[in-house]
Amino acid sequence: MKRTRLWATVLSFPISFYVLPPHEMTIVPAETKPKPRVGLFATCLVDLFRPSVGFAAVKLLEDAGCLVVVPSQTCCGQPAFNSGDRTTTRDLALQVMEAFKDCDYIVAPSGSCTGMMAKHYPELFLDDPDIANLANNFAAKCHELVSFLTDVLGVTTVAATFPRNVTYHDSCSGLRELNIQSQPRKLLASVEGLTLTEMKDSDVCCGFGGTFAVKYGDLSNAIVTEKTSQVLHSGAQVLLAGDLGCLMNMAGKLARQGKDIEVRHVAEVLAGMTQDAPIAAAPSDKGQRS
Amino acid sequence: MSHASTSPQFKANTRKALGDTQLQAALGHVRHRFIDKRAQAAARLPEFEALRDSARDIKDHVLAHLDLYLETYEANVTASGGKVHFARNAQEACDAIVGICQARGAKTVTKGKSMVSEEIGLNAAIEAAGMVPVETDLGEYIIQIRGETPSHIIAPAVHLTKEQVAADFRHTHRHLPAQRDLTAPESLLSEARGILREKFLAADVGITGANMLIAETGSSIIVTNEGNGDLTQILPKVHIVIASIEKIVPTLEDAAQILRVLARSATGQDMTVYTTLSTGPRRADDPDGPEEYHVVLVDNGRSAMLGSEFEEMLRCIRCGACMNHCPVYHAVGGHAYGWVYPGPMGAVLTPSLIGVDEAGHLPNASTFCGRCESVCPVRIPLPKLMRHWREREFERHLSPATIRAGLGLWAFFAKRPVLYRFSTTLGMRLLSIMGRAKGRFHWLPFTSGWTQSRDLPAPQGETFQAQWHRAQKAANAKPSVTS
Repeated sequence: MKRTRLWATVLSFPISFYVLPPHEMTIVPAETKPKPRVGLFATCLVDLFRPSVGFAAVKLLEDAGCLVVVPSQTCCGQPAFNSGDRTTTRDLALQVMEAFKDCDYIVAPSGSCTGMMAKHYPELFLDDPDIANLANNFAAKCHELVSFLTDVLGVTTVAATFPRNVTYHDSCSGLRELNIQSQPRKLLASVEGLTLTEMKDSDVCCGFGGTFAVKYGDLSNAIVTEKTSQVLHSGAQVLLAGDLGCLMNMAGKLARQGKDIEVRHVAEVLAGMTQDAPIAAAPSDKGQRS
Repeated sequence: MSHASTSPQFKANTRKALGDTQLQAALGHVRHRFIDKRAQAAARLPEFEALRDSARDIKDHVLAHLDLYLETYEANVTASGGKVHFARNAQEACDAIVGICQARGAKTVTKGKSMVSEEIGLNAAIEAAGMVPVETDLGEYIIQIRGETPSHIIAPAVHLTKEQVAADFRHTHRHLPAQRDLTAPESLLSEARGILREKFLAADVGITGANMLIAETGSSIIVTNEGNGDLTQILPKVHIVIASIEKIVPTLEDAAQILRVLARSATGQDMTVYTTLSTGPRRADDPDGPEEYHVVLVDNGRSAMLGSEFEEMLRCIRCGACMNHCPVYHAVGGHAYGWVYPGPMGAVLTPSLIGVDEAGHLPNASTFCGRCESVCPVRIPLPKLMRHWREREFERHLSPATIRAGLGLWAFFAKRPVLYRFSTTLGMRLLSIMGRAKGRFHWLPFTSGWTQSRDLPAPQGETFQAQWHRAQKAANAKPSVTS
């Protein structure tokens, strides 16, 4: 009796179950493959100060075939984390993980916030194996925007035109926590008309450092002054980077110095969305000043 | 007895440093020279990254078995005719050294470069006992005659220009012709060499630090570029090694592994000019060497770091790469940190040794750019350890009240997404209207830390989330199109 039941079970599976490797079991034609559901973590700075970067990110992701959703969000918790407030950090991490739990990927136009989610969330719950497991799974789904396009989606070119001489600042967290260096340069190379002129020490900190910029304003100023002098020395007309914190710091300093350098998030250029005024410029001063 | 600190005045120290034009000129050299040389040295050695891993593993292994290796080391020093003195703190270490010097009736004591001797305030203790300590490393000699402390752990006088040094030499070496030419660095070097040669010959006791202590042989290793360490330890009748307990490595093979990353990380040399081992006093058939050999092993807070979240800091091999690559160090130099150890390693180690109440600024004065960790030869996660200090400060309510209040207010909103969206939508609207004309603010209430030296970009207008949700709502409200 038992043996019959076993055979019935064995025979109930299609023959392919036994001859095909597991990953080929369900073959879905490419055109009907569901779009990856990408939760955009806009970051608090983009949400509050520069929504155009968020819309540029949406465009880049949709052009690359993603379904973009924007769950209700506040902050990844990094300011609390770096201020030593573990309790608040954990609360915010749990809030983010809950808000984005239905997403295949979580993508942010920032190496800093992505570094927080991808590298530091798991550290927060080492004493709670169940949440640690959730955090690990969540962290594996988090990506910085530009490297997500190139490394995960395989994007090699973008359809944008920007006939300017630009220089690119490597923001620290993206560079050193996520190895983002070649990816933005690769995509910028495909922007029509764009010339990339490297500044010296493009991988050196701009002096932002979150609350550091306010707590140690003198030090931060000394570091950003060194940075803007390298930007100016490069001779580029436009300064790009992948993190709004660094960009606001450098743009704020260049504006105070009275320098006419256009400062933008790299996503704006890659998405061909440079119609808004650059960072720290008057709204009347639209981009593409030629 | 430990060195007094000015770390609580860190902010005032940095302002002074930023306004010091001579210091800024001297720091210009640090900003690139060390960095380029290290990068070239690392690039020349294909296995450099693997060596960093193995250096880290050696140190981790030692820290996990430190008691065992200390005992082995002591046994082997004793077997070779030397004596080990354990010192729990700075006072005990100074007492032990002064005691050894006095027992020999010493008058002049030469010293090789040693950061732990700075940490315990050894020179002051030797002077207080009526003896004359003479620093023999050129950089250390310069700062000794200036009455200063080192501003860098491997280049103690890096904060000075050669013109300042020339002026100091004229002021101190008054027996030399006043009209002599001291413009070339070589002339400064040769003058110091002439002065120091006499001191070496006159010294009764020679004190060196140790880059490593080797458990299996009871040897100590120093690496130098001037050879002053050799003259310090060979010529006098007594050689005292002073080292902190975490300098132990198990074997000569392990020491060789660490040497391969040490100089490359520090100065970009494959090896320093001199690598000197010393094992016990002179044996019967040795051509030279001291009659007595002592090792003073200093704890001074380190054993309390074992097993704590700061244990990884004890891997440090004192190469200085972290400060060489630190934007904060580049901006203000080492003295601003206010105690013996500057830069990122100091920002972690100093609170461990003198207390976070005293040195609380140091782990906070970092952008967490992570460049220090990326070059550390033993892969110490310096930003993470600085963050642990911030956590301790936060727990103990040591962080400034204004920062805590600001953070608390922000956290209140950040934990309530609906309230957050409502208030930020209004707030950003208001700010964007205020900043519309210029797109930036020259000044705003509560932002002076930012706006004293740079403008604050104004928000574009409505928040991203508000715009996004409005657009989604509009799209959903549209009647579905049927053909």
